[in-house]
Amino acid sequence: MTDIVDPHVVAAAGDPPDVPDATHGLSHVTSTGISNEKLGMWVFLGSECLLFGGLISTFLLYKNRAGYGDLNETPHELYDILFTSISSFVLLMSSLTMVLAVSAIQRGDHRALRTWLAATALMGGIFISGQVYEFKEFLNAGYGFTHSPAWSAFFGLTGFHGVHVTLGIIMLLSCILLSLSGRIRQDNAESVEIVGLYWHFVDVVWIIIFTVVYLIK
Amino acid sequence: MSADATTVPAPAGDTHADEHHGATDGLFVKTAIILAIITAIEVAWSYLPWSDWGDGTAMVLIEVGGLIIMMGVKFVIVASVFMHLRFDSKVLTRVFYAGLALAIAVYVGTLATFEFFTGGHSWN
Repeated sequence: MTDIVDPHVVAAAGDPPDVPDATHGLSHVTSTGISNEKLGMWVFLGSECLLFGGLISTFLLYKNRAGYGDLNETPHELYDILFTSISSFVLLMSSLTMVLAVSAIQRGDHRALRTWLAATALMGGIFISGQVYEFKEFLNAGYGFTHSPAWSAFFGLTGFHGVHVTLGIIMLLSCILLSLSGRIRQDNAESVEIVGLYWHFVDVVWIIIFTVVYLIK
Repeated sequence: MSADATTVPAPAGDTHADEHHGATDGLFVKTAIILAIITAIEVAWSYLPWSDWGDGTAMVLIEVGGLIIMMGVKFVIVASVFMHLRFDSKVLTRVFYAGLALAIAVYVGTLATFEFFTGGHSWN
């Protein structure tokens, strides 16, 4: 439950309320001190844990059911761990540039904000390119989404994560455009922070996928 | 529920104020370096010839256990520092980790039902 208070009334009342300015210029003061937008993103991320948990569990259950006949290799037998390690490292480092972007807008440094957002989007693009290349290699080897339960689970899990990264890149590019048009200001830096939360979540999900799906044999 | 504009209830346990929480760019860079080092160890760990070093089950436990621990450490570091949970309101930590705990409980239960941990699902 939130108590919604008109910030103009608060300002006019004289003494400021004993609440930290957690709204970053957004419209509501809430009883939790957290804006509805930010709390909403965290609740969404909590629910996303269940979604990816289901996809990871499905992969674990089916990872050895790779089919019969000539094309019976499991995803594990075709992974290029070094290649995936590099793209994982790139995604991990994109979390650094993302948090630096949030830090920049909180300081009011718009040029740095756009630079770090662009760097984050670029690294996300490199990660997605790597994933597309990997998928293409598997498809060339004869393993598609409908080949067997193991490959369906693999493509379903990593593909769904890839869609999340792609959506994140779109959000980052939108932030750059909004910044250029002057619609992201220091006093509403939380909008960038919320995009950052989504991006970091995509990163932590890949931390799990990289270990559970790729490294553990 | 309405609130008097001058008596907004203080947020319980809320320490949120991003600009003042002490998280500096230097801390973020150091965190990224630590994450990179852990990732390098993870990859190297997965290449070690565990099966040549002794009894199969024990070595598998060490190999998989080590990877799971490193994964967990990376997860917590990113969530705590990059996602600001360490500096933000505890409400957010509870919301996120509650979802995570629920997901783990549900899917560990599901996997146990399918005899994943005991190797009973011989579908190969």
